[in-house]
Amino acid sequence: MSNLINVHNGNNMRIVVVGNGMVGHHFVDQLIQENNSDNDTQVDVVVLSAEPRLAYDRVHLSEYFSGKTADELALTTPEYYQEHNIKFALNAKVINIDKLAKTVTTEAGDVFEYDKLVLSTGSYPFVPPIPGNDQPHCLVYRTIEDLENISASSAVSKVGVVVGGGLLGLEAANALKEAGLQTHVVEFAPQLMAVQVDNGGGRVLRSKIESLGVQVHTQKATQSIEAGETCRYKMCFADGEVLETDMILFSAGIRPQDALAREFDIAIGERGGIVVNDQCLTSDADIYAIGECALWNNFIFGLVAPGYTMARAAASHIIGGDVTFQGADMSTKLKLMGVEVGSIGDAHARADGALCYTYENQPLEVYKKIVVDSQQKKLLGAVLIGDTSDYDTLLQYALNDIELPEQPETLILPAGAEAAPALGADALPDTATICSCHNVSKGDIIEAFDTGSCNLADIKSCTKASTGCGGCTALLKTVVDSELTKRGVEVKKDICEHFAYSRQEMFHLVKVGGIKTFDELVEKHGKGLGCEICKPVTASIFASVWNDFVLKPDHVSLQDTNDTYLGNMQKDGTYSVIPRIAGGEITPEKLIVLGQVAKDYKLYTKITGGQRIDLFGARVDQLPAIWQTLIDAGFETGHAYAKALRTVKSCVGSTWCRYGVQDSVGQAIDLENRYKGLRAPHKIKFAVSGCTRECAEAQSKDIGIIATENGWNLYVCGNGGMKPRHGDLFATDLDTETLVKYIDRVLMFYVRTGDRLQRTSVWLENLEGGLEYLQQVVIEDSLGLCEELEAQMQNVVDTYQCEWKTAIESEQSRKRFRQFVNSDKSDLNIVFVEEREQIRPATESERQQFSQSQSTESQETELAIELV
Amino acid sequence: MSTSNNWITVCSDADLVANSGVCALLNEQQIALFKIKSVNGEQVFAVSNWDPIGKANVLYRGLLGSVQTTKVIISPLYKQRYCLDSGQCLDDDAIKLVVYPVRIEQNQVQLKLVD
Repeated sequence: MSNLINVHNGNNMRIVVVGNGMVGHHFVDQLIQENNSDNDTQVDVVVLSAEPRLAYDRVHLSEYFSGKTADELALTTPEYYQEHNIKFALNAKVINIDKLAKTVTTEAGDVFEYDKLVLSTGSYPFVPPIPGNDQPHCLVYRTIEDLENISASSAVSKVGVVVGGGLLGLEAANALKEAGLQTHVVEFAPQLMAVQVDNGGGRVLRSKIESLGVQVHTQKATQSIEAGETCRYKMCFADGEVLETDMILFSAGIRPQDALAREFDIAIGERGGIVVNDQCLTSDADIYAIGECALWNNFIFGLVAPGYTMARAAASHIIGGDVTFQGADMSTKLKLMGVEVGSIGDAHARADGALCYTYENQPLEVYKKIVVDSQQKKLLGAVLIGDTSDYDTLLQYALNDIELPEQPETLILPAGAEAAPALGADALPDTATICSCHNVSKGDIIEAFDTGSCNLADIKSCTKASTGCGGCTALLKTVVDSELTKRGVEVKKDICEHFAYSRQEMFHLVKVGGIKTFDELVEKHGKGLGCEICKPVTASIFASVWNDFVLKPDHVSLQDTNDTYLGNMQKDGTYSVIPRIAGGEITPEKLIVLGQVAKDYKLYTKITGGQRIDLFGARVDQLPAIWQTLIDAGFETGHAYAKALRTVKSCVGSTWCRYGVQDSVGQAIDLENRYKGLRAPHKIKFAVSGCTRECAEAQSKDIGIIATENGWNLYVCGNGGMKPRHGDLFATDLDTETLVKYIDRVLMFYVRTGDRLQRTSVWLENLEGGLEYLQQVVIEDSLGLCEELEAQMQNVVDTYQCEWKTAIESEQSRKRFRQFVNSDKSDLNIVFVEEREQIRPATESERQQFSQSQSTESQETELAIELV
Repeated sequence: MSTSNNWITVCSDADLVANSGVCALLNEQQIALFKIKSVNGEQVFAVSNWDPIGKANVLYRGLLGSVQTTKVIISPLYKQRYCLDSGQCLDDDAIKLVVYPVRIEQNQVQLKLVD
């Protein structure tokens, strides 16, 4: 039975798009823009996808394993399509094309009419025809569903093999390794990444990947997959060797998904692929093919950027434009298992007369090669392994035919006296492509500035530059910065009207000038009396640099009320009391003390998200006595009121848990005790998980630590809260000493350079050079700062004091906790009512009712009001 | 508490905290007292302690500061700024604190009640 679906809207052209991958979606996006423009051409679009969800980011698919969800990978939403009148059907595989009637039919029998049909069916993973390749734990790596299968299989496997040592294969291997599997890569060719990398580069790449614990087997032809002896399967190779494994992942290349076109007599290339011309038209004048299913000039383009260009060419031809597809640059830069790999143009020096310059640093495992023409004027290609910092510059030389310097080798030699300067943004011609995913040139960026954009964010949203694979982020920033400078734009970073400095600059002024009071700082560098911004900032800097008692008379006037009264002020002016419970571990005796204090002072109790106990409703004048009791019982301040280290959350770890591989609680307690009291631009949270199951949710913390069999993996700059961010994996398998050293450095660097109220997540995102830069500073000591950062942290650790202990010891600071300077009465406006057997602040109307009942001295009141 | 010409002594100068606030209770009225100490000398201010926006008796726990040349107290709850001389809220024209005349006589802090 077939149902004719009528989507026709007047005279609009009807376009049916088969497939909703990255390229298919990009095509739809082009038409949406067209419909939004003033142009007369309006189109009705129907998208038919065989997958159960709309387009998602396949380039970053492996991030699914590091915690990205399908939603986060999504490139679009049903709402977005609906809003722009794009009709779509999911799980709607097209099985028939009627070229005469101009209709397509889906598996469900729905028939769609088209004026123009666009095939964007993508590709499928090639599975070599090996006997036994169809067993349950033989999988492929392309869709989110595939990844779900891989996850499930990994959970019941110990050893995994990836068949195929190309780009995708290595990415898949990384996923298996991350899942904790003993990982092997089996490659038919003599080297890894044979398409993009030459022999020399392949050798260095292999050595680097093997040192990460992945075993590489090259020149291996698998002949059969049989039942294993120690593992689930046994792979038998042509040379007689065998390899035991629990799962096999095929990543041996892609094949164009051209079955539909083939069946309905659209021209297909000899080795597959739907033949298209420069307009991406197939042999049928009303049918286009774009992306990995299309064969242009006898070539399949397996990268997203050329696919996008095809999408633009097809869209342009449909609406009468003149954009064409002229082939594409297949240069690529990526990071595989933390190994940087770059390949540009003629990597194998196949051009006539091509000459090579090669630099290899074996101790550091860095390999760089450039290929130049016989005149040594033009760059033809390059291979970079272990260090791709020269990639952007080299790519611009290659793409724009920029004349090479006298000695081209200076482009890849390590920075020294002879090094050629990096190609600055100014040296690029306006035609230089900055973002190849969205085809944005330097000229487009300049034009965007001319039409009103004024910062990086504007440029990104207006041109879409750097929103595809993200590979051009650094280059885009240099172009934008250079353009801003040219236009005389000065980025103002003053924290407030009293200081014309950023927080970082103020930090330097305090430290270098040895300044210890606010008065001195204002006198030397500022004006006025200060405000709620600069005063707490100064107090925080003083605490980080000098670590004096925060309620010293010189400092007390700088603190926000939470710091002044060492508690968090609640809406009614009362405070909450949170003693430190390091790592969330607490004895029954201490629990009883907390309960008793709450009972004695009639406080509301609640467990916090950081594994401690919050006591609410304490009046300011009650705080010293409450803390006296707590301190006598062995508690100390929890710094919940401060922009400082809050908690180190932990799971129960190897001590009790069947799965734990390290003592996460012990580690959490040690770390919390080390960093407690550290003042910072904003609060800092840690967590330690005892195994990869990650029950402590460490990846959502500023500092996250996950135990491995060999030590600890360190994640940095994660965040929950308003704008969640997964922490970045910073370093792996660290011993405790190195772990602490790295955390010391990361945190102190953040304390020094962070902006006011900037969490580590935003700090890292704004840090020029991002994670890699931070790794260089902290791991490689590129700024020569590490010793100083550690010493400064050690000073903070050594001078730690429990502020509450100091506060209640001194009569003078204890006096600060009186409500009235001339009376022992307490604030009559603080009124509580009972709810769920505990107190809560009275609402405005409850309070009025209460004060009326007080003034009429009526003892009868319907509310369970209790004046504490 | 002693009275002379309607000036009421509430506490001694030593009870004040430089560049910060304390609170006095006078006829059940809560009054926030501030002392600003700078190179130009000392100045004392008295305003109602009730935060009319946060609706709590907390203003004495706010931060002192300046906006251009206006000396302000900043609410510890929601950070509105109030002029210490006039009581005017700089963030909401409709809101004003009660300002009390205040002086220091022979190391005693003295107030006049209004209303």
